[in-house]
Formats: sequence, structure tokens, C-alpha cells
Amino acid sequence: MIRTISCTVNSKPVSWQIDVRMSLSEVLRTNGFTSVKEGCGVGECGACAVLLDGIAVDSCLYLAIWADGCNIRTSEGESKGGTLSEVQQAYLDNGSVQCGFCTPGLVMSSTEFVEKHRGEKVTRDQIRKEHAGHICRCTGYESIIRAVEQCMKPYEKGK
Amino acid sequence: MFDFNSYHKAKSVDEAIALLSQNPEAIPLAGGTDVLVRLHGHNKNYRHLVDIHDVAELKKVTMESDGTIVIGSGMTFTGLAHSPVVCENIPVLNEGGSSIGGPQVRNVATVGGNICNGAPSGDSASPLLVLNATVELKGPDGIRRLPLYDFYQGPGQVDRKAGEIMTCLRVAADDYRGWSAHYYKYAMRGAMDIATIGCGAACKVVDGKIAGLRLGFVVAGPTPLRCWRTEEKTIGMQADEELIDIVKNSVLGDLRPRDSWRAAKDFREQIIKTLAERVLREAIKRNIRNTEME
Ligand SMILES: Cc1cc2nc3c(=O)[nH]c(=O)nc-3n(C[C@H](O)[C@H](O)[C@H](O)COP(=O)(O)OP(=O)(O)OC[C@H]3O[C@@H](n4cnc5c(N)ncnc54)[C@H](O)[C@@H]3O)c2cc1C
Ligand code: FES
Repeated sequence: MIRTISCTVNSKPVSWQIDVRMSLSEVLRTNGFTSVKEGCGVGECGACAVLLDGIAVDSCLYLAIWADGCNIRTSEGESKGGTLSEVQQAYLDNGSVQCGFCTPGLVMSSTEFVEKHRGEKVTRDQIRKEHAGHICRCTGYESIIRAVEQCMKPYEKGK
Repeated sequence: MFDFNSYHKAKSVDEAIALLSQNPEAIPLAGGTDVLVRLHGHNKNYRHLVDIHDVAELKKVTMESDGTIVIGSGMTFTGLAHSPVVCENIPVLNEGGSSIGGPQVRNVATVGGNICNGAPSGDSASPLLVLNATVELKGPDGIRRLPLYDFYQGPGQVDRKAGEIMTCLRVAADDYRGWSAHYYKYAMRGAMDIATIGCGAACKVVDGKIAGLRLGFVVAGPTPLRCWRTEEKTIGMQADEELIDIVKNSVLGDLRPRDSWRAAKDFREQIIKTLAERVLREAIKRNIRNTEME
């Protein structure tokens, strides 16, 4: 059941031979994108989240073949030339990383959130709701919410 | 790797029907959030998949000239939340949809999959039941339509015949124009949790009297259920506290909650009565407000 998929991963075009039974997380990890973590494997924890054409999906519960033709972003692609992305830097500034296993997935959801709501005034409740597909057992989430708030600040209207 | 034996990707509904007809054991795969979870090991029910994930004709919401809303089975819950037709006319569907899983699940999970999966807990079921939705299926013998209520046959069982694909869910104008509705999911967590009880209510109040009332519950029986006897009793009654009392004390007669590891039967009964009252009160409030605004 071998097929070829062509997509863009972190701005680089790739063409991969895959087995149709493989999840997107397996394919990404096999090809070196190991920021994609497999926690639960059933869509509960969000450790495997990546952006697919700008939208967060749990790559463990997503057939790799569905990513054919898509633009994929993973956490390792977010830093450019050794400089962390704005979201990654905010995670660092706010102590949002403890054991770090959930971080790559959460960073991608935060990135989607920040890009989607740029220029809007968002509530904490909105931040919480749109990060609800991730489980973090260390931080208690507060520092993660603060990191997202930090990213949203410069873009609020009137500033 | 997921454990299945054969895989065919369909580009259209007709191709999916042809592929399903060729192999009686094959089942449709839409968002996969129910199917793929079950494929981490051997599962005799899911050996052969017909992939309808990318069938574009299933991914739209339209309104026909007579006001009927046609919801493509392949719409994701995120897609429904962004659909102006749904937001403006049947927002109760999004009250159910937005309570499902978390954002990544809703970005992928489809409404057709939620219904066809047949779970007694499907969060889109109550809203669609109180909207009196009709299911449309297309198969080798053509198209057939039946009420959503009749589509449910038992836990995990729906009336999908061999070779059939659910193309859409239909809501007639008379079933939402003039009506207001509300859905509330009672669960242990605010997200990523299955309902302990889910309750939907729709009502139409004319001159202070109930012209129509519908109640739909999930996890209150082997399938999502309507409260037919209670609903019938209320027609023509004054929309007041007495009505709410009658409904609250009558709904259990229409439902069959049970014990499970999630919650005990008597606890569920308590939640059912509380939600019946709360959700109906909100639906009535919305209807009176909406009619005043017109
Ligand atoms: C982490 C997690 C949390 C969840 N939380 C919730 C929740 O809170 N509430 C809730 O209700 N659900 C929840 N679910 C379940 C799930 O997301 C839904 O039931 C989803 O809507 C199923 O849609 P799908 O497209 O993924 O279906 P699939 O998994 O692709 O299919 C499900 C079933 O429907 C059939 N099917 C799908 N489409 C069609 C069609 N067009 N015609 C005929 N048959 C079809 C398939 O053959 C299969 O039997 C959760 C799932 C996960 C993984
Ligand atoms: S590993 Fe994918 S959601 Fe947990």
C-alpha cells in the first residue's frame, strides 16, 4: 500500500514514499521532524499537533496521505536562523516550558491562535478554549496563557 | 501504523458508493476521529476502508429556495462554526459542535461521522433531533430520506444499508423559522470530555402559549432520544413556571438512563431533570426575545 505524497514542510518542498496505513506523525518523525511528539496516539493530548494549511490537527490521528499537497508547519520550523519565533520566545520568557513534552504541540496551537487573532482584543477564556486540545501535566497552564497574552499585546487595537 | 487490509480513496460520492458496493465489508472513512482510534490493533469491523475525506461535494452547507438547510455530511465542526447559514439560522448546532473534544478534533471530525458512528453521546445529535433533521443517504439504489430519529437503531447502530453514504442532513424551514433552541452538555471537564448528559430544547411560543416544543437528550438511553410524550403534553400550554415544572417532572418517563463508570443512574436522572428545566427556560427566553425583536 505504498503511495507518494508531495507537500511542503516548514517551507521546504518534499516528496515521500509512504504506506497509506501510516499516520502523519509517524511519517514526520521518520523523516526527522522529531519535535512532533507522540503522547497518547488517540487525539487526546495534543503533543503531536502540527499546522496543516494553517490549521492545527493532531497528526497521530490523521492519515499521512491526507497531507498530500498541503503546507505543514512543525515546531522546529518556527525558529529562523537560530532565532526563536515570537511564540517560542514568549514561552521562554514566561516559564511555559517545564518537562517540555507538550511544548512543540502547544507552540503550534499558540502560533495558529496568535496569527488568527492578530489585531483583536482576546479574552483569557478564548485563549483557554482554543488551547483546550492540549494536556500539560507540569505548568498548570497559567504560564502558557501568559505567553499567549504577551504575544497578543503589541497587536491590540490602538497600539 | 494503523491496522487495516485495504484502502480506496474516493473522489466523489458515486465513486464511494461503487467502491463500497464492490466490497460488502468496506466502511466509509471521513475524519477518522472515531475510526482511526479503533485501528491501533486488529479490529474485525474496520478491515476495509473507503476514504471519503476529500470528497468536496460533501463539504458544504447550502440553503434551498424553500429555506431548507442542507448540511453536507463532510462538514467539520470547525467548518460549521464558520458557516453563516448555520450561525444565523440554526446556531444550536454549533452549541453542540463546539462542545466536542478540543480544537484539533473539531478541525477534523465531521458531523456525518458523529451521526453515523451511532454513539449514544454524539453532541451533534440533540441539536439535530430538536431541529427535526432528516438524513439523506445515497446508495446503489438511489437516494432515500428518513427522520434522524429513525436512523438511530441502537448503541453504535444506524440504518445505513450496504453501499450507502450519508450525503447530508436536512432541516426544513418550518422546523427552524420562528423557533429558538439551546443545547447544554453536562460533563466532568469543560473540554475533551464525553457528555454525562446532553440536553437540547427547541420551542416556538405564540401569544404566550407553546405552539411547539421539542426535547432531545444524549446519554439518556441506548440512542439519542426525543421526549415525545412530554412534548405532546405541552402543546397549547402557557409558557410559564407551571409548564417548566410539568416538563421537569415528566421527561424521565421518556428516557432510559443507566449506570456506567462515568455516572450512576440516579445521578443522571437528577441531571436530566435539572437540565430539562434550565435548557427549556433558556430556549423560551430566546424565543420571546427573538419574536419581540422582529
Ligand atoms: C479526543 C477525542 C475527543 C472526542 N470528543 C467528542 C465529544 O466531546 N463529543 C462527541 O460527540 N464526539 C467526540 N469525539 C468523537 C468524534 O470526534 C466524533 O464522533 C466525530 O464527529 C466523528 O466524525 P469523523 O469524521 O471523524 O468520523 P469517522 O471516524 O471517519 O467515522 C465514524 C463512523 O461514521 C461512518 N461515516 C462517516 N462519514 C460517513 C458518511 N458520510 N456516510 C456514511 N457513514 C459515514 C464511518 O464509517 C464510521 O463508522 C471525540 C473524538 C476524539 C478522538
Ligand atoms: S499523541 Fe496525538 S493527540 Fe496525543
